[in-house]
Amino acid sequence: MFSILSALAQRIDLLKQVRRGNTGDVIYKVLAYLFGLALLGIVVAIIWELWVQSAFARQEFGISFLWSTSFDPVQAQFGALQFIQGTLVTAVVAVSLAAPLGIGIAAFLVEIAPRRVNAVVGFLVEMLAAIPSVVYGLWGIFVLAPFLRDYVAPWLTATLGWTPMFSGSFSGYSVFTASLVLTIMILPTAAAITRNVLQAVPKEQREGMLALGATRWEMFSQAVLPYAKGGVIGAMALALGRAAGETMAVTIIIGNARRIFTSMFEQGATIASVIAGNFTDADSGAYVSSLFLLGLILFAMTFTINVLARLLIKATSSGPTG
Amino acid sequence: MASNQLTKASGGFQRRKVVDRVMTGIAYAFTAFALVALVWVIAYVMSRGIQVWSLSFFTETTALFGDGGGIYNAMIGTAWIVLLAVLIGVPVGVMAGIYLADFGDNRLGDFIRFTADTMAGIPSIVVGLFIYALLILIMGWNAFAGACALAILMLPVIARTTEGIIRLVPGEIREASLALGLPQWKTMFRVVLPTAAAGIITGVFLAVARAAGETAPLIFTMLGSNFTNTNPLEGAMSAVSLYVYQASSSPYEAVQNAAWGAALVLLIFVLTLNFIARAIALRQKA
Repeated sequence: MFSILSALAQRIDLLKQVRRGNTGDVIYKVLAYLFGLALLGIVVAIIWELWVQSAFARQEFGISFLWSTSFDPVQAQFGALQFIQGTLVTAVVAVSLAAPLGIGIAAFLVEIAPRRVNAVVGFLVEMLAAIPSVVYGLWGIFVLAPFLRDYVAPWLTATLGWTPMFSGSFSGYSVFTASLVLTIMILPTAAAITRNVLQAVPKEQREGMLALGATRWEMFSQAVLPYAKGGVIGAMALALGRAAGETMAVTIIIGNARRIFTSMFEQGATIASVIAGNFTDADSGAYVSSLFLLGLILFAMTFTINVLARLLIKATSSGPTG
Repeated sequence: MASNQLTKASGGFQRRKVVDRVMTGIAYAFTAFALVALVWVIAYVMSRGIQVWSLSFFTETTALFGDGGGIYNAMIGTAWIVLLAVLIGVPVGVMAGIYLADFGDNRLGDFIRFTADTMAGIPSIVVGLFIYALLILIMGWNAFAGACALAILMLPVIARTTEGIIRLVPGEIREASLALGLPQWKTMFRVVLPTAAAGIITGVFLAVARAAGETAPLIFTMLGSNFTNTNPLEGAMSAVSLYVYQASSSPYEAVQNAAWGAALVLLIFVLTLNFIARAIALRQKA
């Protein structure tokens, strides 16, 4: 332990500074390093606690926890597959809807809108991200769900009702409603980061294309978007991570049915929603431990997505790819 | 490749113009969709929430049955956790930001910066689980633990904002201070930080706005309560966001109405903080 500390101290020239009588700066440096390392420490501690608390479930159910669909507190049998399904389906549906919308909004802000409009509309779109998740949940279940039931679901049943995806009847609480609310919630993330990425595309890229006689759409689709491709994909990956980890709105809306669903109109559950909805009811060690294991899985999923997204954004902001 | 397509397409100039118009229209429509969603949510919460606002709504305690009661204890709870989260999160976040700006230009700094960015993406429910394991198992339900969870969620935002703002402070200011013989730490706290204060405050306001609306990590730290609890270190406590969640699943219509009233309180608080942050940022730019 001491050798590590002294090696660290030497590396940041602490002793030399103490000898020079610069004690204030030494304390400053040590404190700054400690707080910087604290960020690292918190992430490590989160992983550690999730790992330790889920130990019972990991030993009891093993790797088959991932593809088991049982969720029976009485028999103390738990699995994760239906929640992984719920998380992936809602997040992927939300991102595939939010991606075109977000790119469209970013294109409007960067390529079409005058600067003043850009500032105001950009701020308003970001306001969508400021609205608390729980308010979205309330709105989703009492406003959007009845709206979908009256106007959208009948039309979907009529046109796509023959596919398993939209079969069955629609009753407010559903995977479908949850996915749409998630779409609105991640829209500002998708739009704002895409806007930043598009703004970073050099002017020459646009001017060259326009000088060739291209229309604005041709310029955007052939010179701007390919150039920003990596960053835009990164933005969508960040939005995906957001959607996967989103808890309150989904918990209120999705119905928390702890089984595999086949239709978007059915009720379901995500990893986050099952933890939020059941944690205070969990009355056995196996139950609590299983919820922690679900938390660990969710952490691993969002962490992987986020790291990949950051790497993509980083890679593209440092140079052209298209 | 691009020019090839262009020459091929140039025959149908009219068609290209139409495609351009259509695509422009779609961009307008998508933007309009986002604005409609924003107005729809805010307007609806306002119209429903304002109906239950009355003096007693702010002086009575919460109830999850019957006539729904008020949100007095929930507002006390939110005030407590936001205050504590700021007291914990801001100093730690600002110091971490100082580290990144002043000592972070090496591989360890890059790694910690990357960690902070990915930390911002950790789901709040997972942070709640972490705090439950760390504090609740030992202390029992309490609001301080909830505040700790919120502080963790605020940290990466404050750290990265602080770093960015400090880096914007002109090097000349810093050099002038160092040349006058001020040590590095005095330069930071007496010269650089005051110059960067407005930007850091903006970041703090945005972080507070986010934390005030957070619900997931509170469910199994503060738990929620229908009684007034003013001790953040002991016992369950309510919070406005937590009450909205719990009331949203109530079968009583009066309780559902109260949920809208509480949601409006939350919305106004959060939007006001965002506007103030925006105003500070704009004034700084001008």
